[in-house]
Amino acid sequence: MTRDPNTFALPARVLHWLMALLIVAMLFIGVGMVASVSARHAWLVGIHKPLGIAILILVVARIAVRLRHRPPPLPAELPPLQKLAALASHWLLYALMLAMPLVGWAMLSAGGYPVMLSESLRLPPIFPVSTTGFAVLRHAHTWLAMLLFVTFLAHMAAALYHGLIRRDGVLASMLGGAPSKSLDHQLPKRTTGRDNHAAIVSADPSVNSSVDLG
Amino acid sequence: MIDRDSTRPPLSTPPAANSPPTNSAPSHGRWWALIVAVVALTVAAFGYVGSWLAPHRLTPKKLVNQLQDNAGTHAGYRRNHAKGVCVSGYFEGNGGAAEYSEAPLFGKVRTTVVGRFAIPGGNPYAPDSSVPIRSMALRLTQANGEQWRTGMNSMPVFPVATPQAFYEQLQAQQPDPATGKPDPAKLKAFFAAHPETAAFRAWAKTAKPSASFATDSYDSLNAFDFVNVQGKRQSVRWRMAPYVTDSEAASAGIGTNYLDADLARRLAQGPLRWHLLVTLAQPGDPTNDATKAWPDDRSTVDAGTLVIEHTSPQSSGPCRDINYDPLVLPQGIEASDDPLLPARSAAYADSYLRRTSEEAHLPGTTAPAAPEKQP
Repeated sequence: MTRDPNTFALPARVLHWLMALLIVAMLFIGVGMVASVSARHAWLVGIHKPLGIAILILVVARIAVRLRHRPPPLPAELPPLQKLAALASHWLLYALMLAMPLVGWAMLSAGGYPVMLSESLRLPPIFPVSTTGFAVLRHAHTWLAMLLFVTFLAHMAAALYHGLIRRDGVLASMLGGAPSKSLDHQLPKRTTGRDNHAAIVSADPSVNSSVDLG
Repeated sequence: MIDRDSTRPPLSTPPAANSPPTNSAPSHGRWWALIVAVVALTVAAFGYVGSWLAPHRLTPKKLVNQLQDNAGTHAGYRRNHAKGVCVSGYFEGNGGAAEYSEAPLFGKVRTTVVGRFAIPGGNPYAPDSSVPIRSMALRLTQANGEQWRTGMNSMPVFPVATPQAFYEQLQAQQPDPATGKPDPAKLKAFFAAHPETAAFRAWAKTAKPSASFATDSYDSLNAFDFVNVQGKRQSVRWRMAPYVTDSEAASAGIGTNYLDADLARRLAQGPLRWHLLVTLAQPGDPTNDATKAWPDDRSTVDAGTLVIEHTSPQSSGPCRDINYDPLVLPQGIEASDDPLLPARSAAYADSYLRRTSEEAHLPGTTAPAAPEKQP
């Protein structure tokens, strides 16, 4: 079956929402654990490390999916500045998703800590033991986390802006799955560049057949 | 599917509860308000979890700030147990604890040790005789790369049981700017409010500062769990009991810096040794309260011998850049429910970042004083 060109591919959507959940949880775990002296501190640190590596593995898979499946185009009439912001923030998110676990892993390596993902699972160091290295990486881990949090906020606000105010199908392209239940489709839609694009694509009979089945 | 919405008559669109009648600009106000509210709530939750919006929560930062308030800020030094010296050697397991813990170091093997002797407090220039307590911190690195880090003190119990009480104790001990000494009234009020400190105070009344690191016995104070190959748990505390117990300790108190010289002199004659004695808890022995000693009749296992061969100054020695976080544990040793353990781990991490940032000369930090300029 031909994929709806207005939605992200299924693996991209699954990875997006799974990672959204994990990354937001990770940001809260991170700031929570360093601000706590209670038993919470130890168990949050215990979750933080394996979860970080899980995110690292997922982001590698996600970049592969991203390169394999072109994402749906942004609405044609979106102002150029917003298009640029969308593009830049998406690449920043990818960069931070990749950098955060690596910086965390390198930071523990530089501090001379064994990188334990569980009681017995130890990762090899990826950075030489170094005081300066540790200090720089440890601060970088915090500041990159703050940048990731701010970028996430902007991303979430932009998604809501597209879904609630512009109603241009951008949010629906990631909600996908059951579009008739999605917020976008419950709201009156404006004619958009995306719709124009869809109209051109649906002139292709193979797409129309999938539309008919849809 | 793609064109469904555009072909569907407007009336068939399910009415959304809060949907504005048109897309005219003024009706977007509510949606904008919703977006702002979602972002603001997320920021508030983040701020609360990160304690910026929960100023009453005890954080590692507060604990370390209080240590600095009490002893001054000494760039490059640990914020507690600031005065110390590096040592190195090995631990020789004898197999005695192997039935309780699967950690390979308890087998009949040698495990490399980088350690540190110190005295409590945040002042790296404090006289050795200023406190009757000495500490021993060890990092044992197993062949499999896992580590056991432990920090022990030469006292039988800890004064308090919780991080909050420890913080209050530090506050009560903060020197009065007028006298340079803690306010006796505040100390009295603290001890009155914390009867759990009685056992420690009874010991401290008669405790004398020893003349040597070599003759002290160092106690984990916190409880841990040993876990064996079968997964069986055993609550334990441990201590390092010295081979040497000579009477030279009686000649304490000459000068302010006699401990390092004594250690160097003894090591010049040969290695120093301690037995690692592991005390096995009985059901009901408190594992979450370091103010309570376990009964004397609890059985003890001799797990092996710590052999210290070399010493070097902490400013250049191998212990300088080690954070003796007591929650860095190999498989076979686990944290107990003692609330002091996560607090130690969190506060040590904060202290470690401060001093490594200073050593790295990061912007906004004070560079450590050159050794020759230190008082």
